[in-house]
Amino acid sequence: MTIEFEAPKPVVQMQTVLQTVAENMMRPVSREFDENEHSIPWSYIEFMHTAMKSMGGGNGLTPREDKPKEGAEKRPPIGYQLLAAQIEMLAWGDVGFYLITPGGGLGGAAVQAAGTPEQRAKFLARFAEEKPTYAAMCMTEAGAGSDTSAIRTKAVLDESTNEWVINGEKIFVTGGDKSFNAYEQLGKGFIVVWASIDPTAGRAGMRAFVVESGTPGVKVTKLEHKMGIRASDTAAISLVDARVPFDHILGSPTVEKTTTGFKGAMATFDATRPLVAASGIGVARAALEFLKEKLAENGVQIRYGLPRNKLTSVERDVIDMEIMVKSAWLMVLKAVWMADNKKPNALESSMSKVRAGDVTTKVTQKAVEILGPLGYSREFLLEKWFRDAKITDIYEGTGQINRLVVARQILGYSGSELR
Amino acid sequence: MYSFEPNEEQQMLVDAVGKYAANDLRPAAHEAEESRELPKKLIGKGWEIGLLQASTPEAYGGFGERSAVTGALAVEEMAFGDLAGAYAVMTPSLFATPILLAGSEEQKKQYLPEVVGGDWRPYTAALIEFAFDFDANALRTSATLDGGEYVLNGEKAYVPFAKGAEAILVYANLDGQTQGFIVPKDAAGLTVSEEREKLLGLNALPLYRVKLDGVKVPVSNRLGGEAGHDFEPILASMRVASASAALGVARASLEYATNYAKERQAFGVKIAQKQAVAFMLAEMATEIEAIRLLTWEAAWKLDTGKADAATEAYLAATGAADMAMMVTDRGVQVLGGHGYIREHPVEMFMRNGRGFAMLTGLAIV
Repeated sequence: MTIEFEAPKPVVQMQTVLQTVAENMMRPVSREFDENEHSIPWSYIEFMHTAMKSMGGGNGLTPREDKPKEGAEKRPPIGYQLLAAQIEMLAWGDVGFYLITPGGGLGGAAVQAAGTPEQRAKFLARFAEEKPTYAAMCMTEAGAGSDTSAIRTKAVLDESTNEWVINGEKIFVTGGDKSFNAYEQLGKGFIVVWASIDPTAGRAGMRAFVVESGTPGVKVTKLEHKMGIRASDTAAISLVDARVPFDHILGSPTVEKTTTGFKGAMATFDATRPLVAASGIGVARAALEFLKEKLAENGVQIRYGLPRNKLTSVERDVIDMEIMVKSAWLMVLKAVWMADNKKPNALESSMSKVRAGDVTTKVTQKAVEILGPLGYSREFLLEKWFRDAKITDIYEGTGQINRLVVARQILGYSGSELR
Repeated sequence: MYSFEPNEEQQMLVDAVGKYAANDLRPAAHEAEESRELPKKLIGKGWEIGLLQASTPEAYGGFGERSAVTGALAVEEMAFGDLAGAYAVMTPSLFATPILLAGSEEQKKQYLPEVVGGDWRPYTAALIEFAFDFDANALRTSATLDGGEYVLNGEKAYVPFAKGAEAILVYANLDGQTQGFIVPKDAAGLTVSEEREKLLGLNALPLYRVKLDGVKVPVSNRLGGEAGHDFEPILASMRVASASAALGVARASLEYATNYAKERQAFGVKIAQKQAVAFMLAEMATEIEAIRLLTWEAAWKLDTGKADAATEAYLAATGAADMAMMVTDRGVQVLGGHGYIREHPVEMFMRNGRGFAMLTGLAIV
């Protein structure tokens, strides 16, 4: 091992390609889809699906098993690094659009992390097929946000048919509409529903179930109206006696006294938190670049290298913002590099999310402030990025929940020692 | 490729420095700060680890190649023990490393074997000046060419071990550019203050004012020789060192506060079990990690000669100054009243933590 910061070639190539996509397919229509919530940018979806397929199997935005060609020089895996770089660049274009990039999303990630090889083969193949296809994660309930052990949704095994019967109400399902509802433009997706198979067992009884699109008893009951990321649908989903085959459970079907099932869910977060962080940093970078561009247009140059007390207030702010964005990105890179190299990264993963949540909100807020009436105007996308940014510090574990994870890690405390 | 782990050689060095920092520097830190004195033996022991020797090529009396990344790792580890002690051990680098980076062949051959070859001896450098808007790129101390010699005029501050120094690398303004000049100890017009600097922190480190009143040095004493040198990589290396030292001090504060919070009982639990305290610790750790990666990246860019290395080093040092203040402030806060008592080191970490905003130039990688 060594300490190195040279972006791998595939990452650089990917960034170049996606920057063009961001500039041409996202930015020009960003405003339109922000102002027309719940309308769907089909041209982006179809373009991305085709492009990703032609680029390498088209498994959507999921980390690829990265097998170097026969005879090629052996190099360490970079699947998650590549993914983080993709997400950052797409979010730089438009984070709402990024969230509706076809593919397995968080649902696929759950199957990837907690499924058996058979389940992976069965559920994940669809994302490489002809039509764009989605999967979503249904975790949150009205009474269970970050406290996932409070989940009320139940799954009961009907032994006569060998099916799980699921009942419950899920909210804040990112991509729930496109994953579950039938659209002629889309392939058949699925949602991954978190439910308890033994309400007396607490976290130990928590399991995830793959629920196929169109399953009877399951309904998208609402699409939320949000502050930002409006191109991305956020669904409420109700499950009434929804039946899924026995082998759609991710993880063990029996409850032991351990919390392995729950830890499966948490392992998913170790993998996805730095990716969510990456999406926030894309927004922050967009805001920072826009700010510098507008300042330059107005003759304000940032004088790097000067002592701070010789800088103007605006220069100090911009320099601080750069420090924030750059360092937050490096934290993401380290977390995904660890994921690629199969190093436990719960600490680094949550740290990157804490930092990205802080940085993304602060940088966008400051950029709006510095640009004054220009910053506040809907003539530019900056005010939209300000709204889009806020979600970074909320979803996939709020900044506070991630601080708790970080604190437990550095203190060596369990959940009961530090509540 | 991206990669975030020290290589084997670096890890061995970090371990060696870490041992010295924990077993020697830290136990001596309190007494050194209070008595304003660092034992010579303590400095000698740190010198023997061979940081500077390992970054000086064999041709000049050392046994390795200089790497800013390795330097950054070592400086953090050393400063984790004690900042004043770390700066003292590494003072000869302030003289030798710029020569290594920018010196003429003649200067390298003349000075490097002498500095790295034997025991620790006070070779030092003078960059900082006593002005609120001190700017390393706009020095008040001047150098002018006069009949085949450079004439230096001005006053330098915070010069470590200036008293009794074998030679001082003095930075001065030559036609708007910062240039280094090697000034021997017996140069006419060179006066080192009797009194040491009295500072908010770093009291164990002997720092002096140095006056240059028409000090004349031959052209060959200009760093890089007649043609001079580019100051930017030197300043960048100083900034990386400053950021790394800030990381060491911040980490020391975090570690002490963490251990304390896990021991201290209040309201029936350890205070670390309270989110108000736990969150402070989490934020301190996150901030440290962020700046560490930024510093490593800057160091790596210096090593690989990236065009934006100097800017990155500036960002790292600037971010590190804030980070160190924030972290060391909270380190005291976690200990509450006890943090304010000098028996605990966190108040010293906090006083030392403030210095990174203005003390670039006391270390170099």
